[in-house]
Amino acid sequence: MFPPGLWAADAYDELRKELTPLKAITGYNNFYEFSTKKEDVAPLSQAFRTSPWSVKVGGHVSKPGTFDIDDIRKRFPQEERVYRLRCVEGWSMVIPWMGFPLAALLKVVEPTPKAKYVRFETLQDWKQMPGQKSSWYSWPYVEGLRLDEAMNDLAILATGLYGNPLPPQNGAPIRLVVPWKYGFKSIKSIVKIDLVGSMPNSLWMQAAPNEYGFYANVNPAVDHPRWSQATERRIGELLRRKTLPFNGYAEQVKQLYAGMDLRRDF
Amino acid sequence: MVWLRRAWLSILTHVGALLPLARLIWNFFHDQLTANPIQYITFQTGKSALVLLVLALACTPLNTIFELKRVVGLRKTLGLYAFLYATLHFLTFVGLDYQFDPELLKEAIFKKRYALVGFAAFLSLLPLAITSTKGWMRRLGKNWKRLHRLIYLAALLAVIHFVWLVKSDIREPLGYGAVVLLLLALRLKAIRKALVDLRERVAARRRSYNRVTFREDLQ
Repeated sequence: MFPPGLWAADAYDELRKELTPLKAITGYNNFYEFSTKKEDVAPLSQAFRTSPWSVKVGGHVSKPGTFDIDDIRKRFPQEERVYRLRCVEGWSMVIPWMGFPLAALLKVVEPTPKAKYVRFETLQDWKQMPGQKSSWYSWPYVEGLRLDEAMNDLAILATGLYGNPLPPQNGAPIRLVVPWKYGFKSIKSIVKIDLVGSMPNSLWMQAAPNEYGFYANVNPAVDHPRWSQATERRIGELLRRKTLPFNGYAEQVKQLYAGMDLRRDF
Repeated sequence: MVWLRRAWLSILTHVGALLPLARLIWNFFHDQLTANPIQYITFQTGKSALVLLVLALACTPLNTIFELKRVVGLRKTLGLYAFLYATLHFLTFVGLDYQFDPELLKEAIFKKRYALVGFAAFLSLLPLAITSTKGWMRRLGKNWKRLHRLIYLAALLAVIHFVWLVKSDIREPLGYGAVVLLLLALRLKAIRKALVDLRERVAARRRSYNRVTFREDLQ
């Protein structure tokens, strides 16, 4: 029913050849905390302080804690993951992230049986992030995953890009990457992670609940209310590509959604 | 230099209207069309078309309020440039973005309601561009003016097109919408008449003031 997942050992190299140039990855960013203009994010974010930085992990866990970013890098072995990133706007990239499975961090804090969802929060600091002065969006940026989604090996916390630490415009110093979901789910510059009992209300769900859902799985068969999601433009390519179900990662994640109506739970 | 005094406004209009195109060409040759060039070209040509459309709509009210007859003569130039950018915008979408692929286009246009509305705006500008010549003006007579009211529709459709395509923050397109509505309201008979009355009263007062000061100067 779905095309084979491309995140298989032999597909890794195939994807590697298609890497989006670093210049595009670091110069074309949706990071509304700085600007709603993709080209303005990089220049506006260069002074962003990413050290010292810590991530507070709490909620329904046995061992809550505050993790310093340097400790995170040392404690969790960093590996390279080459992932497709599909933006809800209809463009995509192939990005070599450095990071570690989100599950590794969650196992350390030991979620209790009450934990059903994971809620992530971005730093709120309008002095550093001028876009947060805009009252159109309800800052801080919040995103969430169901616990089983968060435990999937594909979901990573990324700290680097092309072998180097993340530049500010890409969500430094630590961000989520969930490659089978639209890009807005992959929340940047995380300061807080909570295990919670009910579905978090994300910034995009608040901004337009009928257009941006909690699941936001990449799905060519379910259109955005105002535009088609059937095709995408890979940055750097002239021809449009057909968008793949779950962004090509169906083999690894489709079991998470067995029995669900993905048209309703978009 | 008499010609310059007569033509500077027209020259300024041509230069200003060609500037966005010049910038696109410059950026193309300097590899500055961003990481997503097709989208960039689409946005830039679309925005230029809308701005020029709004400027074309502003000519008549400017004349009503300030009695700037020369501005009325710019309507045609501005309107034709708006059409030029709308055409480039449309061709970028159909040709560059969708490679004239009928299957993809059908899906894109009918699923993207903003595309449908944008297409309608383009179609309503088309007859206006064709009949913009003196010959057509003569041939159509009274109907020419009626036909060219289509620009009101085109401007409203263009604004809806803009509102529907943004991700969430509709403040900028609504700003354009407010300006278009204002420019249309200024054309309503009652409002226009009030404005002309006001203008004439102000002019009359200024004349009498000048007369008084002139007399005082003499004494």
